[in-house]
Formats: sequence, structure tokens, C-alpha cells
Amino acid sequence: MMKLWLNVLLLIIPIQGFAVDYRQLADPEQQKTYELINSELRCLVCQNQTIADSNAELAADLRRQVFEMLQQGKSKDDIIQFMTDRYGDFVLYNPPLKTKTALLWLGPIAFLITGLTMIFWFIRRKKNAATTVFDKDKQEKMRHLLENSAENEDQS
Amino acid sequence: MLKYIIPLILFIVLAVFLALGLKGKPGEIPSPLLNKPAPVFSAPKLNAANEKLSPADLKGKVWLFNVWASWCVSCRAEHPVMNQLAQQQVAIIIGLNYKDDPEAAKKWLETLGNPYNDSVMDGDGRIGIDWGVYGVPETFVIDKQGIVRYKHTGPVTEEDVQNTFLPLIAKLQAES
Repeated sequence: MMKLWLNVLLLIIPIQGFAVDYRQLADPEQQKTYELINSELRCLVCQNQTIADSNAELAADLRRQVFEMLQQGKSKDDIIQFMTDRYGDFVLYNPPLKTKTALLWLGPIAFLITGLTMIFWFIRRKKNAATTVFDKDKQEKMRHLLENSAENEDQS
Repeated sequence: MLKYIIPLILFIVLAVFLALGLKGKPGEIPSPLLNKPAPVFSAPKLNAANEKLSPADLKGKVWLFNVWASWCVSCRAEHPVMNQLAQQQVAIIIGLNYKDDPEAAKKWLETLGNPYNDSVMDGDGRIGIDWGVYGVPETFVIDKQGIVRYKHTGPVTEEDVQNTFLPLIAKLQAES
């Protein structure tokens, strides 16, 4: 029982892994920029992580680069420019809207519109189908069939 | 009829996209350096730490810039290909010894052969960042004007040499 509770406890407590080095800039505003930039740059080795999350060596080098550039008084735009000059737009988690990335940005909207159109279309078709009015003869026939089947069930 | 055609079309579109997805190489990131001047550096040579080499020294020559390290397993696979290419003497090959221990690097070259006219040391990976290196090995081809004309990510194979490197080098050597 004790073991179980310990396991539950382990799941509840957020486990903080300090895999990533920590750097402190003197100016808190700069510190914020440092963390922001790190969370917007992609680690190119482990492509689905930011350099803030990754403990790949390249990510560590890029963090050092960002840190040093901030210390030299470079702005966020300068640093982003520096990175894209070397690694291309791919390094950005927030790629800019260009002709090359248009599909990336507009694709989801196109899918949404297609989806909504289809839903609208299906609903309208269903509605039309549901409101079909049967003529008197057919209604009579249906009632007949239903009654017959009810009688049959009673007998069995 | 439409009832069957629409799902069929949707299926075909999806299948085409999935097939393209299989063919794409997410590991290969297009380099923004292409057709731009080679990034500047001045780095100590591996075999003579007091001597420095910079891309400016190679102006007027076609050269290959091969990023390698003794800790890099794929470089070991690539190495025989580089040795062979060096033997043909079609272009100068400069090595960038990336984030490596110089002693280990020297030993590596002694055992496996040294295809490089020179290797320069990049102990802390700063030259690597300037060249947009994100994985070793990587190979750049630089023309006589000092412009980066091609980048290969990952180990160079014999087919790559035959199909890409040799024709490109021949073309660049013919340029002025």
C-alpha cells in the first residue's frame, strides 16, 4: 500500500529536470528576452524542440550565442536575423508569411472552410430528407405494416 | 455515383500527400548560405596550432569544406569516400574539426588516413554556427570567387561523389 502511495506521489509532484543550463542576465528585461528568444528558436538536431527545451549540444551553443549577443546589447530582431541568416526560416518556430510558407499558414484555414462547407451541406441534405412528406397511400401502407408486425409479435 | 466519387477523390488526394511526406527529407534543411560568400573565419590549423587559415587564403581555388569530428560515427562511414576523393585531387579539401579534442582528432586522421589539405579547429562550435552547421558531417563546395555553391548534409556516399560532387567541381573549375 505504501508503495502505491509513493508511486502516486511521484506522479503528482512535478519532476523538475534541470537538463538545460541556466544563465542569468543582469537586466531582468533582457532575461525575459533571452528566455523568449530561446523558446522561439528551433533546435535543428531534435527538430520538434525549442533550444530552450533541448539539451542537444547545438542547442546549448545557440543559447550561448543568444546570451552573448544580448550581453553585447543586440536586440531580439538582430538575434533572430543572425539565426535566420545561418539556419534559414526553419530555425523559427513562428515562420514568417511568405509565398514559400503560404501553404503552411493558409492550409489550415482552407481545411476549416472545406470542413464547414461539408458539414453545412450534409445538414441541409439531411433536413430536406427528414421533411419528405409521404402521400396518403404510403402512410396507410406503413400503418398497416406496423400493425401487422405488432400482432405477429403478440402471437409469438 | 457522386457518393462514391467524392471519397475516392479524397482518398487519392490524401494518398498523394502521404506519399510526398514519405519522400521528403525533414533532416535536410535548405541552407540560406547557398550562392552567398563563404562565412569568414580565421582558425588555427589542427596540425599546426600557431598557423591560421581563413577562406580568403583559398580565393581563386575550388575547395570543399568538410565538417567532421572524431566522435562522429557517420564521419567514420564517410571517411573512405573523402580519402578517395582526395586521391583524385580535383579540388582542395579543408576539414572543419568541429567541437573535437585535437589529440583525438589527430589520432583519428593517423589511423584512418588524412584526406584534408588542412583541417582547422572549431573547439567551441562558433565557426559551425556561422556556417549553419547542425549535424556532422556536412560538406560545402566553394567556388573560385569564394561563394558557397552547394551544401551536402550527412555522410557523402560514392554515388554522391559521382553524381553530384565531381560534375559540380568540374563545372566550377572551368569557371574563372
